[in-house]
Amino acid sequence: MNKIKLATVWLDGCSGCHMSFLDMDERLLELSSQFDLVYSPLVDFKVYPERVDVALVEGAISSVEDEHKIRHIRKHTALLIAMGDCAVTGNVPAMRNPFGPLPILDRAYHQNASAQQQTPCSIVPALLEKVRPVHELVDVDLFLPGCPPSADTFFSVLTDLLAGTVPNVSSLTRFGA
Amino acid sequence: MRPAVDVKTLTIDGVDLSARADQTVLEVARENNIFIPTLCHLDGLSDVGACRLCLVEIKNSPKLFPACVLKVEEGMEVITKSDRLLHYRQTILELLFAERNHVCSVCVVNNHCELQSIAQTEGVTHVRLPYRSPKLPVDASHERFVADQNRCILCTRCVRVCDEIEGAHVWDVMGRGIDSMVITDLMQPWGESTCTRCGKCVNVCPTGALFDKGKVGSSHPKYPDFVPYLNMMREGR
Repeated sequence: MNKIKLATVWLDGCSGCHMSFLDMDERLLELSSQFDLVYSPLVDFKVYPERVDVALVEGAISSVEDEHKIRHIRKHTALLIAMGDCAVTGNVPAMRNPFGPLPILDRAYHQNASAQQQTPCSIVPALLEKVRPVHELVDVDLFLPGCPPSADTFFSVLTDLLAGTVPNVSSLTRFGA
Repeated sequence: MRPAVDVKTLTIDGVDLSARADQTVLEVARENNIFIPTLCHLDGLSDVGACRLCLVEIKNSPKLFPACVLKVEEGMEVITKSDRLLHYRQTILELLFAERNHVCSVCVVNNHCELQSIAQTEGVTHVRLPYRSPKLPVDASHERFVADQNRCILCTRCVRVCDEIEGAHVWDVMGRGIDSMVITDLMQPWGESTCTRCGKCVNVCPTGALFDKGKVGSSHPKYPDFVPYLNMMREGR
């Protein structure tokens, strides 16, 4: 049996979804015989592969880098899953949307800095005017709300997908769960 | 001798039912354990048909009807579940999420919110419309309660409970359309208003728009069941 090529991606989120993914604990061993983790913050591959079967995307689209990444990922992924509320709704990162990025940068790098107050302008990517959920930029195949989705939710969804069935997400999780 | 009761017979989702002529389709459905989602309806308060979640189909009519204000009629054939109704209900919920800033994960009523739980039961896993992300005020001037407009869905339960049950009519609605807002008195800060501090509005609010300052984290269950009880006790007086 060909193993499924699985990727996990970390955009503007807190990594809590990845922590919850790891909370599957020993059940991960059970699942891992059926997939290869080809790209993830949990492993050391630096380049997104040409051909990925399933990608779990954590986080909202907040910067020009996030936007570039998600378009690239979409192009090279068969089934793209928005993982967690940030990817699905914008969630906490999107709470800056009513104010725009400038007051946020000012708060972080000027008001709250005791020395060297300056807004970073090189190396780090520029922030987008609005934080947006993944599906506003690219097509998403499956939505997995939750902050974070529980380990049980991950296990149930991945088990279904590996068996070739479509999971009933609403029976498992919800916004804020 | 008992007064004659005007009885109507109808079907809901193909089930033969009888009801008093003064009952609504929603009342009859709930009495018979047929679930119709609602947000603005609350047992014990008047109905306004504002949220449109309880829309149902009536056989031989192209129109949809809000079950909370639809009186039963003889021979009526009501349908509460269809692809068309699910489409409208999901769209209504998505419009509510997109209209203001609902962030369930950091909300004081996370896991106790009617909007959140109805979104789940109606199968809303994401919002297809772009979020408006408006800048809205939070009124924390009251010594006990907070009004966060970001989470308000304009169900007007607070307005009705304050007027009909408490008799104070501190809450009302200002503005029109997308600019509508619930306000206290003539838009005075809540803490400087004629509020009687009874807390009924907080307990009937289906979301985290009105909440108690004493509650922290996301442990703010609401207890709206007192309304029909109060009505019952007052009628028996």
